[in-house]
Amino acid sequence: MTCRLIALLLSLFLVLPAAANPALEAVIADHLDQIERPSRRTVEPLVAQIAATGPEGLGLLSAWAGRALGVTETGRLVIVAGDGATDAVTGQAVRGADPKMLRPNAGVRGVIESALVAGEVSSPDRARRAAALASIARDGTPEHLAALRAAAPDPDPALAARRARIEKLLAIRFDADPAARVAAIQDMAGDVGLDFRAALNPLLATRRVASTEEPQGANIAGELRVGSADFPREAAVALLTAQGLIQPRLTAADQRNALAAHIVDGRVGGVSAAELSDPQARDRAYEALEGAGTVPPAATEAETEAALADIRFFDIFAEPEAAVTDAARAAQRGAEWRLVAMKGIDLGLDALSLASIYFLAAIGLAITFGVMRVINMAHGEFIMMGAYTGYVAQTVIADRTLSLVAALPLAFAVTFAAGVVLYRLVIRHLAHRPLETLLATFGVSIALQQLAKNIFGTQARPLTAPAWLEGAITLNDVVSISTIRVAIFGLALLFLGLFLIIMKRTRLGLEVRAVTQNPGMAASMGINPDRIAMLTFGLGSGIAGIAGVAIGLFAQVTSELGQQYIVQSFMTVVVGGVGNIWGTLAGAGLIGVLSKVIESFNPSNTLAAQTFMILFIVIFIQFRPRGIIPQRGRAAEA
Amino acid sequence: MTRQPFILRNPSALVVLALLAAFTLAVTLMSAAYGSGVIPTSTVKVLGKTLCLALAALAMDLVWGYLGILSLGQMAFFALGGYMIGQWLMYARTEAIVAASLSGNPIPPTAQELREAVANQIFGVVGSADLPLVWSFAHSLTAQLVLVVVVPGLLALVFGWLAFRSRVNGVYLSILTQAMTLALALWLFQNDSGFRGNNGLSGLQNIPGLDGVGQARLSIWFLWASAAALALFYVLAAWVVGGKFGSVIRAIRDDETRVRFLGYPVEGFKLAVFTLAAMITAIAGALYYPQAGIINPAELMPIASIYLAVWVAIGGRGRLYGVMIGAIVVSLLSSWFTGGRAPSIHLPGYTVNWVDWWQVALGLCFVLVTLFAPKGIAGIFDRLAGILPPRRHGRDLGPDQGALQEQEAKA
Amino acid sequence: MNRTISAAAVLAISTGLAGIAWAQEGEPIKIGVLHSLSGTMAISETTLKDTVLMMVERQNAKGGLLGRPLEAVVVDPASDWPLFAEKARELLTVSEVDVIFGAWTSVSRKSVLPVLEELNGLMFYPVQYEGEESSKNVIYTGAAPNQQAIPAVDYMMEELGVEKWALLGTDYVYPRTTNNILDAYLKDKGVAVADIFVNYTPFGHSDWSKIVADVVALGADGKKVGVVSTINGDANVGFYKELAAAGVSAEDIPVIAFSVGEEELSGLDTTNLVGHLAAWNYFQSADTPENAAFIEEWHKFIGDDKRVTNDPMEATMIGFSAWVAAVEKAGTTDVDPVLDAIVGVEVPNLTGGTATVLPNHHLTKPVLIGEIRADGQFDIVSQTEPVPGDAWTDYLPESAVLDADWPGKQCGMFNTQTTSCVQVQSNY
Repeated sequence: MTCRLIALLLSLFLVLPAAANPALEAVIADHLDQIERPSRRTVEPLVAQIAATGPEGLGLLSAWAGRALGVTETGRLVIVAGDGATDAVTGQAVRGADPKMLRPNAGVRGVIESALVAGEVSSPDRARRAAALASIARDGTPEHLAALRAAAPDPDPALAARRARIEKLLAIRFDADPAARVAAIQDMAGDVGLDFRAALNPLLATRRVASTEEPQGANIAGELRVGSADFPREAAVALLTAQGLIQPRLTAADQRNALAAHIVDGRVGGVSAAELSDPQARDRAYEALEGAGTVPPAATEAETEAALADIRFFDIFAEPEAAVTDAARAAQRGAEWRLVAMKGIDLGLDALSLASIYFLAAIGLAITFGVMRVINMAHGEFIMMGAYTGYVAQTVIADRTLSLVAALPLAFAVTFAAGVVLYRLVIRHLAHRPLETLLATFGVSIALQQLAKNIFGTQARPLTAPAWLEGAITLNDVVSISTIRVAIFGLALLFLGLFLIIMKRTRLGLEVRAVTQNPGMAASMGINPDRIAMLTFGLGSGIAGIAGVAIGLFAQVTSELGQQYIVQSFMTVVVGGVGNIWGTLAGAGLIGVLSKVIESFNPSNTLAAQTFMILFIVIFIQFRPRGIIPQRGRAAEA
Repeated sequence: MTRQPFILRNPSALVVLALLAAFTLAVTLMSAAYGSGVIPTSTVKVLGKTLCLALAALAMDLVWGYLGILSLGQMAFFALGGYMIGQWLMYARTEAIVAASLSGNPIPPTAQELREAVANQIFGVVGSADLPLVWSFAHSLTAQLVLVVVVPGLLALVFGWLAFRSRVNGVYLSILTQAMTLALALWLFQNDSGFRGNNGLSGLQNIPGLDGVGQARLSIWFLWASAAALALFYVLAAWVVGGKFGSVIRAIRDDETRVRFLGYPVEGFKLAVFTLAAMITAIAGALYYPQAGIINPAELMPIASIYLAVWVAIGGRGRLYGVMIGAIVVSLLSSWFTGGRAPSIHLPGYTVNWVDWWQVALGLCFVLVTLFAPKGIAGIFDRLAGILPPRRHGRDLGPDQGALQEQEAKA
Repeated sequence: MNRTISAAAVLAISTGLAGIAWAQEGEPIKIGVLHSLSGTMAISETTLKDTVLMMVERQNAKGGLLGRPLEAVVVDPASDWPLFAEKARELLTVSEVDVIFGAWTSVSRKSVLPVLEELNGLMFYPVQYEGEESSKNVIYTGAAPNQQAIPAVDYMMEELGVEKWALLGTDYVYPRTTNNILDAYLKDKGVAVADIFVNYTPFGHSDWSKIVADVVALGADGKKVGVVSTINGDANVGFYKELAAAGVSAEDIPVIAFSVGEEELSGLDTTNLVGHLAAWNYFQSADTPENAAFIEEWHKFIGDDKRVTNDPMEATMIGFSAWVAAVEKAGTTDVDPVLDAIVGVEVPNLTGGTATVLPNHHLTKPVLIGEIRADGQFDIVSQTEPVPGDAWTDYLPESAVLDADWPGKQCGMFNTQTTSCVQVQSNY
C-alpha cells in the first residue's frame, strides 16, 4: 500500500515537468489503453496524432515500433534502452521503474514505420535511408510519393537507383495525372520484377457483369462470348443466378425440403410419402404441387436460354482510365515471353540443383554397385552418418566456416572407415551373392538407424550453413537460387572431376577398371581384387558421408535422412546405367529435371509429382533395362 | 516311375497341419469367448494376425525361396488385399448407419441420396464428399472379395510381364519391385486417389451385419479363418513346389538361361508363380486388416516388404515351414520387445532399454544369420533330418562364375 | 519428494513392472498412458508420457484420489497406427485402466476410437486437431479449428493485412481438413478463389526451393501474401531454411504455423525466423505464476533445465486436472458417472485463465499468437479470452448444422435442422 502511495506521489511529481509537451501528454492519457493493445486497423489516426506532437512524439513512435517502449504501473510510458529508462514525454531518466514492455504486432509496427518513414528518406544515415525505402516499397502510400519527390537526391548511387524505381512504381499507382502514370508504365515496360508486376496487375483487375447493353462510362476490358473456353455456359448461368437475373434451378435438396413441408396425411401431391424414394415419384409429386400452386414453379431450361440470348457479358476494369489500362496491358504483354523464359530458367536451376543432390547421393552407390555388383542398403545410413558428423563438428567448433571445413574431411574419414569395416566384416563374405548382400546390408542399415536415434534422439538436429553460404544468388525476382544449392552443385562437379581423375589417371583407377571388367584376369595380373574392392567400397562410402554434410546443410538432420535418399539413389544408378559415371550423371539429370517438370504441372501436390516420377522410372526400366548408358563388353554379362 | 502320394512326398505338410489344428484348438479353448478366458481378446487378435503374416511369408518363399526373385514389394499386394476388403467393410458399415439415420426423415431417401450421404460420411473426414470411381463396387461384398484377388493379381501380372519380358532380374528386379510399392504407397497417400490418404480405412474390426457378435467371438472366427487359409495354402504351395512344376521353377532360380535353352517358357513360369504369390499375399492381407482394424498407406512403404524378407531369411527360405516359423517368431518377438514389456538389462553405467535397442539387435542378428546360417531356422531342421548340401568335389560353380572353383569361391 | 525414489518409480513404471507401494490405502486407480515411445512420433509423445507421470506423482503426493493411490500403466504403440487399437484394447481389458491419456496424430486417434466406443473407455486427447468429431468416450483437450486456425487467420487478415493466402501443409488429414475449413472460411470472408494457393507435401519433405519460389511469385498481384503452415515435424526445418535463404522476411511474407512450437524450434537456428508466427493455446513464455510453477516442476521432474514446455503438455495437464476433479465430483472412477460429472468442470490453465469442459467434450481455450524470437521462444503478441471449442465447424455446409451435446442429447452428431441424432458412434 505504501508502495502504491509513493508511486502515486512520484507520478504526481513527474507530471509537472511533463507539461514540456502537453499535447503528447494529453494524447497518451486519452489513448493509453489503445497504446497498450493496439490493432493495425485502428492505430493509424493515433499514430498520426502522436507524430503531430513534435520530436518527442516521433521518438516515442520509433521506440514503440522498436519494442523499446514500456508502461509503468502508474501508466507512464518509458523508453527503455539497455538498463536505463527515460520518460517518453519528458525525456527524464526514470529510476527503479519496472515497466511492462509493450509488444506491438508486426502490423502495428508497419503502420508506425510507415508514418515515420517520410522523414527518414533524407536521413544522413545510409542504413536508415535504405530501411525507409524498404518500408515504402512494402507499403507505399500517396504521401510517400510526395515525400520521395520532395526529398533531395540520394548521394548513394545504389540507393538513388532504388529510389527512382520505387518512385516510378508509386507513380503508376498513385499519380493524379494519367499521362504521368502512362509514362511511368512505358518507362518500365519489359521489366519482369515482382514489384512492377505487382503494380500492374491491380490496374488490370477486372470484374464480370451481365447486362442487356454495354455499360456506359465504364472502362471495358472486353465482351465475353458464352460457350467459349474461358467462359463456359455454366459460368454464365451461375453469374446470371448470382445477379438475380434468372431463378436458380431446383436442386434435389430444395425439392426434398419442399415436398417434406407439404406432406398431408402421409401423402404429398397425390403420391404417398413412402414411394418418394424414387426420384421420378418425387418429380411427379412436385409437379402436382406446382400445378396446385402450393410451391413456386422452378426455373425452366427455356427461361435460361432466353436470358442467355438476351443478356451480354462484359469484363470491366476497376481502373477507370483507359489510357492507363492500355499501357499496362501493353507492358504486360511485352514482358510475357521474357517472364515465361525466366520461369523456365528458374525451373531449370531448381532441376539442376536437385539433380546435383541426387548425383552426390548416388555417386558412392554407383561406384560400389558398378565395381562389385553389390547393392549397399546401408548407403543411406552413411549419408546420415556424414550429416551427424557435420552436426557434431558444429557443436565442437563454434565458427561455422571452420567447422564446415573440418566436417568435410572428417565425414569422409568416418564413413570411409565405416565402409571398410562393413566390407571386411560382411560384404567380403557374401561375394557373388548379391541378393544376400542386399539383405545383410539392410540389417546393418536398420541397426545404424536405431543407433543414431539412441545417440542423437529422434528430433532433428541443427546443422547451419556459414553466413557466406546463406542467402541466394538472385538474377531478378524470378530467377534465383540459394547459395547453398550452388555450393552443392559445385561439390557435385568437383566429385565428378575427382572421380574421373582417379579412374582415368591413377594406378588405383586402372586397377579398379581391371577388376570391374574381369576380376579373374585382373587377379592373374597381380592385382589384389579384394584390396581394390575394399578401397572402392571405402571411397564410395566416404563420398556418401560428404553428401550427407551437404544435404544436412539445406535439409533436416534426422536419423531418417538417409532413407529419404536411398530409393532415389537406387533409381538414379539404375536409370543411368551401372558402372559408368556418365550414366549416373545422366540418371540424376533425368530424375531431377523430370521431378521438377512434373511438379510444375501440378504445383499444389508435390506428392503426385513424386508418384509419377517413380512410375515413370518403373516404366522406363522396362524398356531400357540396362539404363540410359548401358555397360558394354564382358562386364555387362556378369 | 510311379509317383508317391502327395502326403508321402511332403511329410512336413502333415506335421504343419496337425500343429496348426492343435494351436487353433488350444487358443479357442483358452479364449474369452469359447473357453476359459486365459488368453485375452487382444492376444487372440495378435495371434490371428501373426498367422496372416505367416501366410504372406509363405507366398514370399514361393517367389524368393523357390523362384529366386527377391521381391521387395510383396507387402503392396498384402495391403491391396486389405484395402479391397476394407472398402466393403467401411462402405457397408457406413451405409447401415446412414440408412438408420435417414429413415427418421419424413421422406425416404433415394438411392442417390443414400450414396451421397455414405460418401459424405466416409470422405467428410478427409474433406471431400463424392464417392470416387474406385469405390464403384464397394457396396457389394462379392465384388470386393473378387477384387481382393483380381486387383493384386492383375498388378502382379502386368508388372511381372513387363519386367520379365525385358529380362530385368537380380538386384535390378528387387529395386524395381521396391519402386513399385513406393509408388503405390505415395499414390495412396494422396487424398485425390480416393482411399482417404494418410487416414486410410479404419474401423475395419466392426463387421457389418455382425454387430451383436462382439469382438471376443469375432476374433476367434478370424483366427479360424486365418488358420484355415494358412493350412489350405500351405498344402497348395507344397503341391506346387513338389511336382514337376516345382523342379522347373527351382531350375529357373539356379540357372535361368539354361532352363530357357532347354526350351521352357521361363517368363510364363515366372509370371505364374509371381501372380499366384501376389494373390495368396492379398488373401492374407484381406484376413489381416479386419483384425488390425485400420489400414493406411504406411503399411506398404518399402520397409514393410523388407521386413517380410527378413522374416523369410531368418526362417530359412526354400523351406515352406521354415519361413512360417520365421514370420511367427520374429514378428511376435518384435512386438514383445517394442511393446515395452521386455525387462531392461541393467549394465553398470547404462540401462539397455529394449524399446531402444531391439532394432539394433534385430539388424545385427539379421547380418549374422545371413553370414553364418543362410538357411535360417529351417537349417536346424535340415540338419536334424540329415539333408545336407550336395558335395560338389571341387567342380566349378557354373558359367556365371567363370573358372572359379568351389574352394576359391568359398575363400 | 525424494528424487531417487521417484526416479526408480518412473523407471519401474516405464518398463511395465508397476508395483510400487504408496502410502495410501486401497486398490490403486490405474491410468493408461498410450503414447509412442519409439518410432517417428516418439520425440513428441515421450514428453507427454512424462507429463502424465509427473501429474500422477503430484497427485499421489497430495494423497491420491478418493483415498486410493494412482498407478500409471505405460504401453508403447511405437508410432504404428494399428498397434494403437491393439494396445488400447490391452489397456482396457487386460490392465483394466480407468482412464487413458494418449494419441497424438489424428490417424492414431481414429484407430483407437472404435475400441474405446466398443469397450466404453475414456480417453483424453491432448493435441490440436481438425475437429469434425465428438465421441462420447473422448475428451478433446487440444484446440479445435475455431480455437487455433480461424483466430490465426483472422489475426493475419486484421493485423497483418494479408490478402492472398498460401495454405501449405503436409499431406495428411489434419492439414487437409484444416485447409478445407480455412478455404471455406476465407471465401466466406470474400477472398477470391484465385487468391488461395494450396500445396501438400509428403512427410519429411526436404526440397522446398520450388514451393518457396511459388509462394514468392504469388506477390505478383500486388496483394500482401501470407502463409498458413500446417507443415508437420522435421519438414519444417528445410522449409524455414529455404525461406531464409530466399530472403523472405516476416515483414514481406509472414508465415503462421500451427504445428511449430518450442520443441520443433529447438532443431533450428531461429535467427532468420524472427517475426514469423505460431498460433497455440499456450506458450512457454506466458507470464503467469501458474506457468512459472509448472515449468519449475517440469524441470525438476525431468532433471534438465533446458527442456521446453509446449501446448500439448498444457493440454495434458488440463485434461488430468479435469479428470481428477470429475472423479472427485462423481465419487467413483467408473466411466459413465465421470463423463456425466466432467461436463462443466472448470480447472485453471497456465495462461491465467480457466478451462471449462463443454457438453461437446471440448474445452474453452484462449488463443495465443506468438512471434518467434531469436532464442527459440515466442513473443506473445495477441491473446484472446477463452473461446469455446466447436466440434463441428460452422464454415462447412454439412457440418454447420451439426452439434454435439453428450449429457443433454446423448449424441455427438446431432442435426439441428432435422433435430435428430445422425449417429451415436463416431466416424472413423
